[in-house]
Amino acid sequence: MSAPAAAEGTLERLAVSPGRRRRDRFARGSIMAATALALVPLALIIYYLLKKGLSAWSGDFFTTDPTGNTFFKNASIGGVKSAILGTIEMVALASAISIPIGVGVAVWLVEYGRQSAFANTVRFFIDVLTGVPSIVFGLFVYITLIVGTGTSYAGWKGSIALALLMLPVVTRSAEVILNLVPNELRESALALGAPRWRVVGRIVLPTALPGMVTGILLAVARAAGETAPLLFTAAYTHETTTNLGSFMNSLPVQIYTDVTSPTPRVVERAWGAALALVTLILLLNLVARLVSRRSRLA
Amino acid sequence: MEAATATGGGRGVLSRPPLARLPDGALRWGLTILAALILALIVYFFVQLFGEAKPAFEKQGVFGFIFDNNWNPSAGHYGALPLVVGTLITSGLALLIGVPVAVAAALYASELSPRRLRGPLTILVELLAAVPSVVYGLWGIFYLAPNLKPAEEWVSETFSFIPFIGGGTVTIPNCFIAGLVLAIMILPIVSAISREVMSTVPPDHKEAALALGATRWEMIRIAVLPYCRPGIVGGAMLGLGRAIGETIAVTILIGGSTKMVEHLFGQSNSLAAVIANEFGEAQGVHRSALFACGLVLFVLTLIVNGFARGFVVRAGRRSAGPPRAEQQISTAATTALEADTAAGA
Repeated sequence: MSAPAAAEGTLERLAVSPGRRRRDRFARGSIMAATALALVPLALIIYYLLKKGLSAWSGDFFTTDPTGNTFFKNASIGGVKSAILGTIEMVALASAISIPIGVGVAVWLVEYGRQSAFANTVRFFIDVLTGVPSIVFGLFVYITLIVGTGTSYAGWKGSIALALLMLPVVTRSAEVILNLVPNELRESALALGAPRWRVVGRIVLPTALPGMVTGILLAVARAAGETAPLLFTAAYTHETTTNLGSFMNSLPVQIYTDVTSPTPRVVERAWGAALALVTLILLLNLVARLVSRRSRLA
Repeated sequence: MEAATATGGGRGVLSRPPLARLPDGALRWGLTILAALILALIVYFFVQLFGEAKPAFEKQGVFGFIFDNNWNPSAGHYGALPLVVGTLITSGLALLIGVPVAVAAALYASELSPRRLRGPLTILVELLAAVPSVVYGLWGIFYLAPNLKPAEEWVSETFSFIPFIGGGTVTIPNCFIAGLVLAIMILPIVSAISREVMSTVPPDHKEAALALGATRWEMIRIAVLPYCRPGIVGGAMLGLGRAIGETIAVTILIGGSTKMVEHLFGQSNSLAAVIANEFGEAQGVHRSALFACGLVLFVLTLIVNGFARGFVVRAGRRSAGPPRAEQQISTAATTALEADTAAGA
């Protein structure tokens, strides 16, 4: 594609002037430099996470709860067991709520609502939800489920906040994939006499499944890393609990409370927890990418 | 169709017994109700938030709340201007730093890089989106802030004649660091949307520019960038929406002073950060004022995202003209078919 090179020599007139060539080289150099600059933070973050995080990972880092015992040098400050389990429990419940609803709404948008005014309104409002800052979801759940019911913080309330956050992501990504299902498939099934619900259940959803899994996993990964909606809904605690009705710890919230600690050892625990969280999220992303590669759509 | 139904005697061959038609209606209406519930939820959301924020608005007045420069909960005064300004400065900085880098990365990936590098480059930039906000905060405060402090002090001293930038003391968490980390956080989304838009530039335009003797950069300047402008602006505004609403990283990095920001390297606060910082201890009107902050934040992101969608949709519509028409025809065919099966019953 380096066309100007051919003009050298014989056709002096058509050659790119030195000034233009210099400008071209400068612009391309700047673009390359800026691209390299964009990759620097990623490298630095990963390097520091590995350096500081791995040294915090000790034998019992994953098997003990944080203790909050930071005053005495010899006392153990504990690990991240309750945080990891809490994150998994709350994100699992949030997924169980948001995935069926999100996929259901996407199916409605693609198969029934289509371009009707009502469907476009729903689309618009889902876009609105996508842009709502995550802390505002936390406030909303606080108003309705904590002030509204007069009860205290609980794990399931955190899950609701996370589900609200995931819902628009799941819906929009599922809608995109469902739109990619070839209409010929639907038409053939309908022409063979299949009722609409069967077309949706047996043709459309199975075809779209691998693609939808990708979007869903990315939404799960996003929810797993969110701190703000959990601060005033699930709060912070030390103990491991399987009771979604009580206060629940989570990795992001534990990192957040540890960051603000004046004790260096607690900050080290934050690095360890951060490495665990990033590893978890990157794994989800990796699986999402592998699944999307298997999808025949797109 | 009519001929086929006529051969079946009492009931058409193509018709289904009434019981078999039940699930169809159930699915259709069940899903419609679900979609309607989402609308109701968002309206309820807004009403609730407004209801909780009302005492603060009553006390200060809506404009008094937003434009009053005095946030002092212990004195019972809630003027959110310092927070609004802090939000706008940090997210403005994020745009200023993040967008050129993101667009350059997108240009490199779509126009200049060797084909083999394209995929890995895209994945690497998108990995930035996978890092959670709290980890950015952790990294920013324990690595970025201390390491950049000498550079910030140098800038502050050398340019001390410029009002907002120089002259003040550099604190460890500060406005600039918060803006810089926000820039890193919005990089992936701005870059992804820019790249998407760049891939829609018709190859004819680019080839025509090259055939006229344009260099690569001239081709980018006259064929690619003008075509992509609405999409890039839209992407940048989506990034702005993210930056405005970003909470935890900013809370950790901005310092938490509720006074009006005095200079770039000093402490400040943002709407989202003040909620995260003060909500735990807030009572009564203070709590209501924090809900009001959430409402202002909500409306602000709503406006910014609305504009952004407008731009992105416009960019998308121009590029995807014919295929969409095809799809519509196809959908029309499906609708017709479905109507036929229903009529046959």
